[in-house]
Amino acid sequence: MSDSSVLSLSIEKLSYAYGNKAALTNVNLSIMPGECAILLGPNGAGKSTLFSLITHLYNSREGKIFIKGYDVKRQSCQALAKLGVVFQQTTLDMDLSVLQNLYYHASLQGMTRKQATYRIEEELDRQGMLARKNERVRQLNGGHRRRVEIARALLHKPSLLLLDEPTVGLDVPSRKGIVEHVHALCENDELSVLWATHLIDEIYPSDKLIVLHEGEIKAQGSVNDVCDGESTDDISKAFKHLTQDSSL
Amino acid sequence: MRLAHAVIALKGIIKRELWRFLLQRERFVAALVRPLVWLFVFAAGFRSTLGIAIIPPYETYILYEVYIAAGLIGMIQLFNGMQSSLSMVYDREMGSMKTLLVSPLPRWFLLTGKLMAGTFVSILQAYVFLLIAWFYDIQAPWFGYVSLFPALILAGLMLGALGMLLSSFIKQLENFAGVMNFVIFPMFFMSTALYPLWKIKESSELLHTLASYNPFSQAVELLRFAMYGQFNGHAFLYTLSAFVFFMTVAVWGYNPSKGMMVKKTGGPN
Repeated sequence: MSDSSVLSLSIEKLSYAYGNKAALTNVNLSIMPGECAILLGPNGAGKSTLFSLITHLYNSREGKIFIKGYDVKRQSCQALAKLGVVFQQTTLDMDLSVLQNLYYHASLQGMTRKQATYRIEEELDRQGMLARKNERVRQLNGGHRRRVEIARALLHKPSLLLLDEPTVGLDVPSRKGIVEHVHALCENDELSVLWATHLIDEIYPSDKLIVLHEGEIKAQGSVNDVCDGESTDDISKAFKHLTQDSSL
Repeated sequence: MRLAHAVIALKGIIKRELWRFLLQRERFVAALVRPLVWLFVFAAGFRSTLGIAIIPPYETYILYEVYIAAGLIGMIQLFNGMQSSLSMVYDREMGSMKTLLVSPLPRWFLLTGKLMAGTFVSILQAYVFLLIAWFYDIQAPWFGYVSLFPALILAGLMLGALGMLLSSFIKQLENFAGVMNFVIFPMFFMSTALYPLWKIKESSELLHTLASYNPFSQAVELLRFAMYGQFNGHAFLYTLSAFVFFMTVAVWGYNPSKGMMVKKTGGPN
């Protein structure tokens, strides 16, 4: 365990490149327990690469990532046990039922059948999906699938929840529901969240804002701090200033 | 890694593979129809033209259908291994492979678990095939069905590991047709599944050499001997070595810093 064990996520001097093309350059960021951090960046900013590194799908060669103090590279099992992930693309098995999908995930987390049943019912109930537990995922709409994925990511009570553009392709009520639910989780359960998005309306004033552009962190802090730094009170304008093409 | 965690996870991975398999009834039917067509049509047609001399493990002259049975079990496992490979490429494209790989377990364990799940399914298919073949008078001694079990595990693991290795190299689902043309067909036809080695030697020395070094031939021979309660040491060692080799390369292929996962994305600095 490192000194950063108090932090849910700590990233230090992280760089990554695809061949000669830099995807991330000297990224430093941290998330406290109960903090909802919004990772804001246009397409191609490096958000998905950052997520792949945090989830250990890729290995970083420069820099370090700690989840609850566990080094993702050296103590990957301990680090990943503290992590819940909702990927951009649905990763549910369409032909299996909601329950079967969740039991599968629970088994990968080492939960016994009894523990799994209890947690599945609890999370599905919180998501308002309990009545649909026996339905095949294919029969659910996009919003409901997302809810199941969030329930799945929370089954093993992680300290950090990663959400990679979870509201893409959803209608307005579904989006609103998910945004509200995730913020409530931070407030009530002390869950830390890293939410990648490029949709400004998903940000709450209480959120921590991290602006990523061309693989570099352009700003990091409370919504007010970031706006003040750009001498504006509008997040959209601040975001526009921060992500203007540096070559122009 | 806690043992209890590993056992629960392994059970979960196998159960998921079974659920998927039972849901995909077409896959189950196709997996059975393929070898049965070979048995009822191909083998029946060749019965009169191909004479099989008495060769171990057989103690008497046998019909061609009896000879080909072991090869067809191998065929079931070969196709199953490739089917698993196809589903891994699909899972990777669809993203569900990510859910597996971000689990708090060592990657080699997760991949081995996936492999064992696929092998388990192929063993089920093989025994259903043998049951149908039994009614067609292809009957091994009862203990042969028992001794076949461990051989099916090893052969299934070896062919599954080959599929997994290929899946780590295949970039997209569309490239899978190449696997059919360049892996499954040559492996099957250049083996002892359809003809014994001495028969192949009569027609081509080169083909004979290729067939003897083909790991699929060795897996088929392992199964053939096991069906008659006999142990073929050479085939066992060859199949085991091939399994270890394929599995090592497959785990390397899925390594987040060294393997093909990185090369596909362009490679880190």
